[in-house]
Amino acid sequence: MKYADVVIVGGGPAGLAAAVRLYDMGIRDILILEREHSLGGILRQCIHDGFGLTRFGVSLSGPEYASRFIGEVEKRQIPYITDTTVIEITRDKLVTAAGEAGLLQVQAKAVILTMGCRERTRGALAIPGTRPAGVMTAGVAQAYINLQNRMIGKEVVILGSGDIGMIMARRLTLEGAHVIAVFEVMPVASGLPRNIEQCLNDYGIPLYLSHTVTDIKGTDRLESVTISQVDDHMQPIPGTEKEYACDTLILSVGLIPENELTLGAGASLDDHTKGALVDEFYQSDIPGIFAAGNVLHVHDLVDFVSMEAEALAEGAAAYVREGSLPECLVSVTAGDNVGHALPQKVSGERDFLLSLRPRRPMQDVRLKVSQGENIILERKMKKVLPAEMIQLKIRKEKLSREGSITVSISQ
Amino acid sequence: MIYDAAVIGAGVVGCAVARELSRWDLKILVLEKELDVATGNSSRNTGMLHAGFTYKNGSLKAECAVEGNQEFDLVAAELSVPFKRTGKLVVGFTDHDRENILKFRENGERNGVKGIRMLETREEIEAIEPYAGGNFAMYVPSSGILDPMQYTIALAENAAENGASFLFGAGVASIDRPGDGDLWILHTEKGDFSSRWVINCAGAFSPMVSAMLGYPEYYQKGFKGEYYVLDKKAGKYLSIPVYPAPNDKGGFATHATPTVDGNILVGPDSYLTEGREDYANRRDRLDSLFKEGSIMFHQMKRDYFIRNFAGIRWKNCDEKTGEVLDFILEADPEKGRSVNLVGIESPGVTCALPLARRAVQKILDRQEKEGKPLSPNASFDPCRKVPRRFSEMTMEERKKAISENPDYGQIVCRCENVSRAEILRAIHNPLGVHTLTGIKNRTRSMMGRCNGGYCQTRITKMLEEELGLAPEDIRYQRENGVIFTGKVRGEA
Repeated sequence: MKYADVVIVGGGPAGLAAAVRLYDMGIRDILILEREHSLGGILRQCIHDGFGLTRFGVSLSGPEYASRFIGEVEKRQIPYITDTTVIEITRDKLVTAAGEAGLLQVQAKAVILTMGCRERTRGALAIPGTRPAGVMTAGVAQAYINLQNRMIGKEVVILGSGDIGMIMARRLTLEGAHVIAVFEVMPVASGLPRNIEQCLNDYGIPLYLSHTVTDIKGTDRLESVTISQVDDHMQPIPGTEKEYACDTLILSVGLIPENELTLGAGASLDDHTKGALVDEFYQSDIPGIFAAGNVLHVHDLVDFVSMEAEALAEGAAAYVREGSLPECLVSVTAGDNVGHALPQKVSGERDFLLSLRPRRPMQDVRLKVSQGENIILERKMKKVLPAEMIQLKIRKEKLSREGSITVSISQ
Repeated sequence: MIYDAAVIGAGVVGCAVARELSRWDLKILVLEKELDVATGNSSRNTGMLHAGFTYKNGSLKAECAVEGNQEFDLVAAELSVPFKRTGKLVVGFTDHDRENILKFRENGERNGVKGIRMLETREEIEAIEPYAGGNFAMYVPSSGILDPMQYTIALAENAAENGASFLFGAGVASIDRPGDGDLWILHTEKGDFSSRWVINCAGAFSPMVSAMLGYPEYYQKGFKGEYYVLDKKAGKYLSIPVYPAPNDKGGFATHATPTVDGNILVGPDSYLTEGREDYANRRDRLDSLFKEGSIMFHQMKRDYFIRNFAGIRWKNCDEKTGEVLDFILEADPEKGRSVNLVGIESPGVTCALPLARRAVQKILDRQEKEGKPLSPNASFDPCRKVPRRFSEMTMEERKKAISENPDYGQIVCRCENVSRAEILRAIHNPLGVHTLTGIKNRTRSMMGRCNGGYCQTRITKMLEEELGLAPEDIRYQRENGVIFTGKVRGEA
């Protein structure tokens, strides 16, 4: 058995940023556990640029962005172990991981969960049809093309307008495949506007909103997909079916925080974010277990992942030093037109960063944060999109320790 | 080379026949049109070890189900396959339900199903499964759950270890018996093969093979059923199969069944199909199955969806009345040395070994009669040894396993905690199967909630490295089911 002040589960952008900040705050007994052969997480396969504009003021590729943080970890000689998969975390913060060297057990004072997310699958959507080769998620296609030099198809249909799907539409086009179109079941794109411009419009790839795949054909390799238009309830409209011959169907239909270890430890999850319920210190409902980044809620920009993990480090450092954190009893709830709000609990005594996602695209709106009768913050916004997370700094001066906080958006 | 016995089809019945034949000193060849065992209906079912209370008394279905059920603890131990004798609840609400349930109880007892008892109160039901519905229930303690894929693979591997050969991608196109003589010639996609005996275990295609052998092309109807596979997170809500009371014809509406791995299966529904391999899921069926499933299993949530699949029960039927008939197991001396198994549908997995023994007995009898009795295979070993899965080991066992073989410390599939050691064993499996679904069905990798999003790319890489395959040679499940069109850059 080993001991550590802090064990960080996952060496992607969130884990790395938390480690560096913790170190700089004087917490030195840190161990990062990473299941892949090298640090960097999903950024390793994101060779496109656009990372770091907020955090560093320059546009970097995924590996470049990751290498900045890996460099900081190396410089500080923060210990990390790769090729090692955490298989269990207990309520008492005993972390068990499997690696070639054996079964590693570390008793931590605090555990930081930065496992990221996984992609929603064909099975999760119950897409009907046969089960041929050639149907895969955008992330799998990206890993094959960018990490393994394996080409995955020639005639491609993309379901879902998630960012990775659009980025893969461009990538596949550049590598000689023909991308027929991107189909999105919702009436709005789920990815960032900049990706619609740079990945689809610039390459003449059509985006069809309110459309979905209603059948898959082919016994060996994919032969065609049937696309239908959907109504306001996202139900396919009979008579609108159109069959597209293709050998590849790429799914970019959503990301789900990867919280099996979190559940195993006994922490509660939020039904909307699918991540842990956390307080303003990013602490779950198990004292000393923290979470940040895509394992907590899915972000659209890695810059915000890093910053969230850095903010988490403050709370985690205080927890390691003092053995507990102030109670957070004020709940934060998502009101009208807000999909989710985070953190779910605050103390009412400290500044905190409020993250939220609008439920639908709206223009000329008023975003309101209130506590009972008391309006904490009100902001006019020209345009809000579900694809773009909104973050607001909430000042302690306006807060009280009584009554729940509601975040809402209205026209 | 002339084989002594050629088995057509590597489903659960074909693999059971091969395994039982391998007890004898015979050169055995199993011909399979697909690239692995159990790609058809052997794996496309609920994974029940049936007790045998629904089948008509005196039928082969009833006789073999009861026999197969009773022996399965021993079979599972010999072949190292997961199996749980969970029992089954058939729950009812109305007097009409009770009448139908009692009919089954009586029929089951007549068939020799032991230990059936009625649970008359909610308390009694809840003592067995708190989440089960119903005002009263029939409890059948001998029902169980197994993994039909693992079971078929185990039968095949045990047969192979005892000398049987398997040839995949070798669909039988036609069969000759020149001069009505002693030798069959089987024409396949992989060439021609000669054999003294032919055993038809062709499953969905058994009527066609039956005709090739000179037997009738028996009439069948295809009853298709679709399924949802639910996340193991839903598994805690159901520990025992809970079925609604049967309808007047003895059929069960949609039900929920735990799998031996801890998932939940919801299904099957039942509708007629014409396509022999019409395994596609249909949108309207999935929608209605979701609604029906929600009634029987209250945790039927979209968040738990992992996969869908479909299977078809090809039932022998009376062409005029449509009445469902029994399994066909026959060996007509007029039709050469052949054994014909047709219409082995549900409860085919439970019945596979009893049917195989009966098929082999027909061969033994004929050989005896001809004065050429078979001699036993002196080196036959009924046991298949497989290392335990990492996911099923205790922490202490894991420590030991990794220290003995560091590959156990490399978790390739995170959802199901499958180690590199298990993937390697599957890649180098005794049958020489190297499709991606072959690895999946042997290890449970890619079978979890991420559908292989994490491990698939690692496993295809291992397949290339371990077997020296080119990217274009990696197949998902079938011959033309290539995963890659080549490399992105560099030499093609």
